[in-house]
Amino acid sequence: MNIITIEHIAKVYQVGMEEVHALRDVSLRIDKNEYVAIMGPSGSGKSTLMNMLGCLDTPTSGLYNFKDHNVSQMNDNELATIRNKEIGFVFQTFNLLPRSDALHNVELPLIYAGITSHERKERAAAALESVGLADRMHHKPNELSGGQRQRVAIARALVTNPSIILADEPTGNLDSKTGEDIMLLFNEIFEQGNTIILVTHEEYIAEHAARIIRLRDGLIESDENVSDRFIPGKKVSVD
Amino acid sequence: MKNYLFELKEGLIISLKAIRSNKIRSVLTTLGIIIGVWAVVVMTMAIRGIDESFQTGVASLGSDNLYIDKWAWFDNDIPWWELRNRKNLEMDDFRRYVELAKLPLAAAPSAGTNRTIKYEDKSVEFVNIQGTTNQYINTTNLTFAQGRFFNELESKGGRQVCVLGSEVNNKLFPLGNGLGNNVKIGGRKFKVVGILEEQGSWVMGNWNPDNQVFIPIENIFRYFQSQRHRSITINVRAPNSQMVEAVKEEAIGIMRRVRGLKYDERNDFSINQQEGLLTNINQTIGVIQVAGLVITGLALFVGAIGIMNIMFVSVKERTREIGIRKAIGAKNRTILGQFISESAMLCLIGGFIGLFLAMITSMIIAQMDFPSKITPDSVILAIMVSLITGVLSGFAPAFTASKMDPVDSLRYE
Ligand SMILES: Nc1ncnc2c1ncn2[C@@H]1O[C@H](COP(=O)(O)OP(=O)(O)OP(=O)(O)O)[C@@H](O)[C@H]1O
Ligand SMILES: [Mg+2]
Repeated sequence: MNIITIEHIAKVYQVGMEEVHALRDVSLRIDKNEYVAIMGPSGSGKSTLMNMLGCLDTPTSGLYNFKDHNVSQMNDNELATIRNKEIGFVFQTFNLLPRSDALHNVELPLIYAGITSHERKERAAAALESVGLADRMHHKPNELSGGQRQRVAIARALVTNPSIILADEPTGNLDSKTGEDIMLLFNEIFEQGNTIILVTHEEYIAEHAARIIRLRDGLIESDENVSDRFIPGKKVSVD
Repeated sequence: MKNYLFELKEGLIISLKAIRSNKIRSVLTTLGIIIGVWAVVVMTMAIRGIDESFQTGVASLGSDNLYIDKWAWFDNDIPWWELRNRKNLEMDDFRRYVELAKLPLAAAPSAGTNRTIKYEDKSVEFVNIQGTTNQYINTTNLTFAQGRFFNELESKGGRQVCVLGSEVNNKLFPLGNGLGNNVKIGGRKFKVVGILEEQGSWVMGNWNPDNQVFIPIENIFRYFQSQRHRSITINVRAPNSQMVEAVKEEAIGIMRRVRGLKYDERNDFSINQQEGLLTNINQTIGVIQVAGLVITGLALFVGAIGIMNIMFVSVKERTREIGIRKAIGAKNRTILGQFISESAMLCLIGGFIGLFLAMITSMIIAQMDFPSKITPDSVILAIMVSLITGVLSGFAPAFTASKMDPVDSLRYE
């Protein structure tokens, strides 16, 4: 099933008198239960693309369909709802609320989804358990290691059962051992039937993915299936 | 609807957390609100106190009364020199009025002076001594703690007897053993035949029976002021409030006759009413109101600016938090609500502190015999004032926050 379709997306930033073409002409389809890595040199537009896919930003031109919704036409409110219900974000810098404990951080998307306190607590606790942090629920971010913080962020991304998980350099702030642990967690999440797109600079991180899209200067340079490590019975189609 | 309530509740929880993590800054910011709410509550308290005191005063003096006097108490239309040049009102005028008047329930003359009153080593200075007749009590609603008013015999005979107001009595006879004792008024001996109950109307000033002493009027003329130089007041009570106008008309007619005025001459006397006192009181209340509103307005204005400022700072500081919240699904209006409720909550806390201080002020004032009490509506007033200030001053910062771009704010360092 098709989740994301973008056609001829461009994003132009105006910096003073100058126009920065972060994305020039990008078309892409991503199906359910794909595991995609986006690579490319610094400044090639990876984060811009991710923000677009994550409905944090809207393209300057082009078409973006998320499932059956035309995202390019949406207002702030509708974008917020899509982000809340359909998308799970994982950031390089974790982006947890520093003054709230792990449980409350994971609860947050459920608050905005309008879910009652009792159910929220239960689901957040379950999500934390699934990332191996059952014993850290009441720790604040500064009482957790980098890897643990990223696990909290992953739990927060998972807790709403989104259609897709987006991770922009999720291991960028971690040492390689911890990064590898996080990638194993992503693998697990993928194997449970989730769809994952992640941005990385590291080949060995990208190797976990089934499909690698390389960007250069705001254009797709290559887009290839690199692995046959699919779950048997699940077909992944690539244009 | 349910969703809005839910968001409101979550917004309140979030804002409480935010305020708690910045306690000192929060309290400092609300100083203006504290003062503003304090001022508005104390002001309403004071006004209510004055008003109540006035009501009890009117009640004790009788509300259906007229006072025929040389002076116009509250009327500023007549030039002062005309008033001064009027003939004094004398006991004869009073006697002839009583002869001719058919409508009043009661009428009594009165002449006041301020004297020191002593009992043994205790003394009270500058007490308002009212000379009058036994009929005076029938023109008022005064009630007695002990004893009685002086009777006709004592009045006519100009006996040296007196009736003490409650406060005078408390000062001279803290033990309550005044009745039957002799006090000295301006050096003359008077026997206490009655002690009034507390009437509790400080606002009436010299009129406050609590601070007055009553003696037969003959004594005033005999000992304190020559009748020739002293104009008296004729206290007249109408049978009921509907009759007040008729009694007044009658009084004007009689007094013109008694004073021998020609048809084209102006009245050389005034008929005073407590309504006049009311305008006087209202002027006082007006002054308090203006002062209170100015203080309140200024404090709230300064407070609102402070709150707005701190909220802008808070929004700026928490740019990244706003980005995070938006990234995981907070709508613009959710963010708007979060910051408005934070600001409202901040002001509400200030409001409660102000209210608390106002309560303490009220207790202190109550110690000084100034009637004041916190009533539910002053609590509601305090809450409303601080909530409105909070919402208004929080709106601009909250709006800025709600309009922040999620990507930019996530990138904010
Ligand atoms: N808000 C912005 N304003 C102006 N220019 C921007 C903005 N965001 C990104 N750009 C520009 O767009 C281009 C792409 O940026 P982007 O962040 O997508 O790169 P990236 O591939 O994620 O790089 P990195 O690997 O360093 O994270 C860059 O040239 C960058 O300077
Ligand atoms: Mg990037």
